[in-house]
Amino acid sequence: MTAEQLIFIIVAVVTLVAGVSVVTSRNLIHSALWLILTLFGVAIFYVLLDAGFFAVIQVIVYIGAIAILFIFAAMLTRRVMQDTGPQTNPNWWLGVLIALLLFAGIAFILINWQGFTSSAPELTNPSGRINQLGLALVSPNQYVLPFELASVLLVAGMIGAIFVAGEKKQ
Amino acid sequence: MIPLSWYLIFAAILFCVGLYGVLVRKNAIAILMGIELMLNSINVNLIAFWRYRSSDGIAGQAFAIIVFAVAAAEVAVGLALIISIYRRRSSVVADDMNMMKW
Repeated sequence: MTAEQLIFIIVAVVTLVAGVSVVTSRNLIHSALWLILTLFGVAIFYVLLDAGFFAVIQVIVYIGAIAILFIFAAMLTRRVMQDTGPQTNPNWWLGVLIALLLFAGIAFILINWQGFTSSAPELTNPSGRINQLGLALVSPNQYVLPFELASVLLVAGMIGAIFVAGEKKQ
Repeated sequence: MIPLSWYLIFAAILFCVGLYGVLVRKNAIAILMGIELMLNSINVNLIAFWRYRSSDGIAGQAFAIIVFAVAAAEVAVGLALIISIYRRRSSVVADDMNMMKW
């Protein structure tokens, strides 16, 4: 077993334990903190996959913005769902069943796929990747339209969030 | 060298954990957290496929960037809706949000 595989296994176990804790812990603040650990684990996977840029934006966007937003929302709505009463639906076993069935289906399809155990090819020009990605996002022949649509979506989301959550003056 | 299968199995498990959270949790904010887990596993899959199957192109990374943007917008609007509902009804339980139920 190489060092890379060892790192993978450790990070995967920590990330999955944190992910299970996100969906099972009673206190919402604890859930948000476990979510941060999960997002860090995923960022390490991006590094292992030679996509360091994504590790950086994972930390900046997900941990810096989204997880903090979750913590704010959990604090703003704190009084209602305190540590009393069940945190899950009465038919939680159905959720477990559906999740297990979905995993079994995904595993079945993956195992029958011939490229399942393929190993990574040598990465050509790894340092020019960010350059290539930046050019692809603004090139008219590639992804300029989805890129601009994403910016419109972000503006719409921002204005919508301010409009919906803002105080209404009568 | 890590085979592709490890990443795919990891992402499948993370997706199923997120799905369980979405289906089972009562608190609407916890449901959004489950959706975040699912989106993260999708991104791991996209980057893994990019690295292992088509590392000459850039399509997988471009897809992942768009998923990041959509996730950020989704969380902002979703949490704004939850806070707005909390102001009116003092509840964040997803079962209580039934005013549009017919």
